[in-house]
Amino acid sequence: MSELRRPNETGVPDSKQFMHPALVRNYGKWAWHDRPQAGVLRHVSESGEAVYTVKAGTQRQMDVFTIRTLCDIADKFCEGHLRFTTRSSVEFMTTDETQVKPLIETLEKAGFPVGGTGNSVGFISHTQGWLHCDIPGTDASGVVKALMDELVDEFKNEDMPNRVKITTSCCQINCGGQGDIAINVQHTKPPVINHALVSGVCERPAVIARCPVAAIRPALVDGKPSLEVDEKKCVCCGACYPPCPPMQINDPVNSKIAIWVGGKHSSTRSKPMFHKLVAAGLPNNAPRWPEVAEVVKKILATYKADARPWERMGEWIERIGWPRFFEMTDLPFTKYHVDTWRGGRANLNASAHLHF
Amino acid sequence: MSKKLPSTPMLDELEKGPWPSFVTGLKRLAKSEGKPNAEIMKGLLGQLEHSYQTRKGYWKGGTVGVFGYGAGVIARFSEVASQFPESSEFHTLRIMPAPGFFYDTKTLREMCDIWEEHGSGLIALHGQSGDIMFQGCRTEQVQPAWDKLNGMGFDMGGAGAGVRTAASCVGPARCEQACYDTLTAHKSIINSFTDDIHRPSLPYKMKFKFSGCANDCANATQRADVAVLGTWRDDMQVDQTEVKAKVKQLGRKEFINQVIRMCPTQALGLNDDDTLDVDNKSCVRCMHCINVCTKALKPGKDRGIAILVGGKRTLKIGDLMGTVLVPFMKMETEEDFEKLVELGHAMLDFFADNALEHERTGEMIERIGLANYLEGLDLPLDVNMISQPRTNSYVRTDGWDEEVRKWNETKSSAAE
Repeated sequence: MSELRRPNETGVPDSKQFMHPALVRNYGKWAWHDRPQAGVLRHVSESGEAVYTVKAGTQRQMDVFTIRTLCDIADKFCEGHLRFTTRSSVEFMTTDETQVKPLIETLEKAGFPVGGTGNSVGFISHTQGWLHCDIPGTDASGVVKALMDELVDEFKNEDMPNRVKITTSCCQINCGGQGDIAINVQHTKPPVINHALVSGVCERPAVIARCPVAAIRPALVDGKPSLEVDEKKCVCCGACYPPCPPMQINDPVNSKIAIWVGGKHSSTRSKPMFHKLVAAGLPNNAPRWPEVAEVVKKILATYKADARPWERMGEWIERIGWPRFFEMTDLPFTKYHVDTWRGGRANLNASAHLHF
Repeated sequence: MSKKLPSTPMLDELEKGPWPSFVTGLKRLAKSEGKPNAEIMKGLLGQLEHSYQTRKGYWKGGTVGVFGYGAGVIARFSEVASQFPESSEFHTLRIMPAPGFFYDTKTLREMCDIWEEHGSGLIALHGQSGDIMFQGCRTEQVQPAWDKLNGMGFDMGGAGAGVRTAASCVGPARCEQACYDTLTAHKSIINSFTDDIHRPSLPYKMKFKFSGCANDCANATQRADVAVLGTWRDDMQVDQTEVKAKVKQLGRKEFINQVIRMCPTQALGLNDDDTLDVDNKSCVRCMHCINVCTKALKPGKDRGIAILVGGKRTLKIGDLMGTVLVPFMKMETEEDFEKLVELGHAMLDFFADNALEHERTGEMIERIGLANYLEGLDLPLDVNMISQPRTNSYVRTDGWDEEVRKWNETKSSAAE
């Protein structure tokens, strides 16, 4: 066997070598931008040079043939350059305005919907799921594909009050992050423990320390060191499962899907917000999750019809109030919506501000 | 003799509809006859269909790596390997892209060729941290695939309890609103932390993200332990001719509704001649009016960064939003970027020394208090760090006079 090669510990490469030459020319010298049509951005530099960006949706988990198709399009229209966005959309840039229309047609013909700009529903950011994760409760790729099929017109048009960022996560770790709408797995039963495996696989003190409600304790089961869960305390979060796979949290029936709304990272207008629980107990109904799609579409339609221009989902709800939100979306309000976690009292209404 | 494509009735449902289908992509790979990755993908399709049928995942982790590094390969061994032996090992290589996710097609094509030869042919652009996820590699192919990707000038991303791959917005490459060079900041920070990325030895993960303004397109505020956001100190730039044009375009009522009324601090007014009145002292640099009036309004010229620390999701104490640690720092010269890198290292060292196992920076600060964190980093206190002063009287204040002296000293030295 030949000697192992030492890595070149180079970190990230410089971006400019990959950028469209017009971006390099005008780096840091942009004057303004606008959106000539949905799916298209125009950035104009201080020199007057304009760059047109056409944005399109992808499936994120891409086979090499799909990536080569995107490369073919970039070679034809964009001097061989392209970039991706944080939400896995692809952006093609050109200085030639006459290329915009054929570029859009080529992308659409190749199956990539053009859109995701301005006040649209962007591509749903998502996690690995059953395809690759070791702890997933669902398959985010499938949920996202099924939902984007239904929301594709909202992606292609800019008809929303403000941008809508939807995220999905296959467990409560919530790798998908905050969203105007977040679609996350919510387990409803404590882990099922395979006691025969625990002592061989799990570092028990680390697992005990991982539990947010101190519900796990050491136990001797059938003469073997193992762990047990105080099921009255357990919040079914699944935090014990990654460090201890014999504590199986995923369940085909009891791992449900919950919908959260009103999260945002930006400090634009209002301060950043966490998303809030609005619906839970939805079935993990592969392959197309119709119950989830129904709730998401209802929330989106209500927001679209009622929010003022530029109100993000969370800002709209702050204005109209939660009673009105539950009334308009026809979602049931339960004791589980009332925050019981540490600091949760801050989420109670400590005022005489009431909605009727 | 190659195996037949498995029957996948549930996955087939995800080939319908207008959005690009990842299932169709998986099948394309499984059908590339004669290529080793076709067999892997047949197994993978079988296992994924099995997951859809039984609503459970069947991957377990493990330890697979490349020579010289302690992280970056996400090992996946199948728990149902006897049924789907071709994809019994399906590891991921996390590779860091250039900041801002820029590519030329030569690079992408070369990556595709490598992954077709050594892996499954499935690539996620990108993972939630911002890595290129080369998904699906047998153990013995990990090192040869890595050698070629590394040879192209790309390096492994982070995993586990170390510094993670960073993310940044498009920045000055294509945005007039970027208040600093997010791409250079990203590169400067990450390339000075390669040891902590590749050989994780921290209490838990540490993430940096870079957004050019308060719009936070890199989703930094809640998703990064260290969120670097662009801002400015002087007055915002107003082109009153363009303001008038925007008033005309929207109509006066809608301009008031969409711009004036939406200002979170009531810092805007519309003058009688349809020009904009800005109270820059009340402005919080939120970006709203600038987003609406992209031709008329721009951030000011005295630009720099604010740093928010401690953002994270639920595990373990609950969700935390990043909070202000540094309200303003210039970020223009090489020295400025060096100062940022220095601060990043100070934050990492403090975290490594003081956080408990599996505790994130935000949880550590919550436990020890912001004042102690500031003292540890030798950073000055600033009123911008709070949303309001304390409301609870249970605090010992016998050091008050000394603190007042420090405050006055800081104020007079700032005035000099």
